[in-house]
Amino acid sequence: MNLRARRKLINSTALMLSMTAMAFGLFWLLWILFEVLRLGVGGLSPDLFTKMTPPPGGDGGLLNAIAGSLVMVGLATFVGTPIGILAGIYLAEYGQRGWLGAVTRFINDILLSAPSIVIGLFVYAILVIQMKGFSGIAGVVALALLVIPVVVRTTENMLLLVPNSLREAAFALGAQKWKVICLVTARAARAGIVTGVLLAVARIAGETAPLLFTALSNQFWTINLLEPMANLPVTIFKFAMSPFVDWQRLAWAGVFLITMGVLALNIIARVLFKEEIKR
Amino acid sequence: MDATAVSPAFSVTSDSADKTRKQQTPGPNAAGKSNRFGDTLFFNLTRAFAVLTLVTLAGIIISLFVSAWPSIEKFGLSYLWTAEWNPPMDRFGALIPIYGTIVTSLIALIIAVPVSFGIALFLTELSPLWLRRPLGTAIELLAAIPSIVYGMWGLLVFAPLFGEYVQPFLAATLGKIPVIGNLFSGPSLGIGILCAGVILAIMIIPFIAAVMRDVFEVTPSLLKESAFGLGATTWEVVWGVVLPYTKVGVVGGIMLGLGRALGETMAVTFVIGNTNFLNNASLFSPGNSITSALANEFQEASTGLHSAALIELGLILFLITFIVLSASKLLLVKLSRHEGAKT
Repeated sequence: MNLRARRKLINSTALMLSMTAMAFGLFWLLWILFEVLRLGVGGLSPDLFTKMTPPPGGDGGLLNAIAGSLVMVGLATFVGTPIGILAGIYLAEYGQRGWLGAVTRFINDILLSAPSIVIGLFVYAILVIQMKGFSGIAGVVALALLVIPVVVRTTENMLLLVPNSLREAAFALGAQKWKVICLVTARAARAGIVTGVLLAVARIAGETAPLLFTALSNQFWTINLLEPMANLPVTIFKFAMSPFVDWQRLAWAGVFLITMGVLALNIIARVLFKEEIKR
Repeated sequence: MDATAVSPAFSVTSDSADKTRKQQTPGPNAAGKSNRFGDTLFFNLTRAFAVLTLVTLAGIIISLFVSAWPSIEKFGLSYLWTAEWNPPMDRFGALIPIYGTIVTSLIALIIAVPVSFGIALFLTELSPLWLRRPLGTAIELLAAIPSIVYGMWGLLVFAPLFGEYVQPFLAATLGKIPVIGNLFSGPSLGIGILCAGVILAIMIIPFIAAVMRDVFEVTPSLLKESAFGLGATTWEVVWGVVLPYTKVGVVGGIMLGLGRALGETMAVTFVIGNTNFLNNASLFSPGNSITSALANEFQEASTGLHSAALIELGLILFLITFIVLSASKLLLVKLSRHEGAKT
């Protein structure tokens, strides 16, 4: 075989393999989504949203778990978002030079990818042991700690996208720096920051590991944050590992709800961000 | 931070206060002072929350260290290579969970790295422009699926098929090779170390592929066009120009994927089999990882020493991922500096 033919052959083989790799990636996505739809839709019923989690063999729904998840995710977002946005503003507007900005950025990126189960252990050590019991509030703290790095990262990135001429124009009018940040740059980056918050919510909505040692779970209805609180991920974990068919069916329905919710949040966030870039 | 308490009153009255002050002592200084006050307040507020990030990290390490102390004190360094995990006798060693974590992550990397490279190559060089965005998003969605979904799908859908078709096939082919064959022997249970590794691979593909795609895109088109101009094929351009230019970033992406794989909990817990006994090298056998040991045993930890030993596992995991993720971050920063110097 001459050189030219061999190079062509190597090229087309490599490109074929690359296409196969792409198909391989898509294959898993489609397979997982297909199974979640197929097995999840079977478990959907009005009972899911009106009844409590049942004992084995009994019939029931996921009402307390859904409510618990909504409460904890909502509160964690509510607590984590302002902290994340303010820290992100510091990094983008003040921390471009100097050691504190550099170190914080570095540590934040590590916390972004750190194992969430370790965050659960941390909250267990500082809250659950002190309060002598698992509680919803500990779950909220653990989830908030996961929200913060995501929001910090996107807030900083989005603020850096705001053109400097906008800042300079505001300074030229005599505005103070904090007013420029609050009224001009943060406003210009608003859609991007909202995207970050949505992605953060999508991330914590399915988190199971940090809740195992903090909120635990609860078979009954409670919105008292000082008691162990039911939530979808831990309920799914418990039900999926059980041998009971009813429980597994409910677990699939729960997985269906979480997957659809998380994918919807991701797609909304992307669309929102795309609109922003266009503008 | 006593300034915080003053702020609401100040912001309401600042205008009028400015005016009165100006009447008494006209000059730019008064206005300058109030500017500085609002700015100082906001600066310190945002800085306090940035510092909170550092405090969190320090808090994690200190609190885990303190909680794990009974175990660290009792077992010392031998904890790392003792294979016995015996809660009733209060004897603990971390070898089997550490082995499980490292082996599953390595399997994941062996599968995920070439696939991610292929995906990144496809997205940057081959795909028609109109398909790039949707396909890129689809791969990113793979990362968005919560790990509990991977776990349940892995246990109830994937593992049975894996045990019925893939494992017998591997045993019949790779299993016949001397030495390596030992890795692919034994009963095909479906669940086990190999299954966990495969599912981890699927989970980290999107992270590695996304970093690779992003770093491939920063290769100056001047370099690529020059190579194309000399008659290089697409593959030769990617292998000979793009990859050497971006290799630091590619390694950074792989380290990021490794960091993710090491700390992944739910998916592994569902499929690894959760046993603390391991007496052969086969990847088909069930095992345990640091994260699955924590997820399964922590709530039931009966004695103080048992939970301290588990927390020590968590501390070890955090330190390992910290090192891996730091390396990843440093490499990626190095690439972007390099890029800045070139342009």
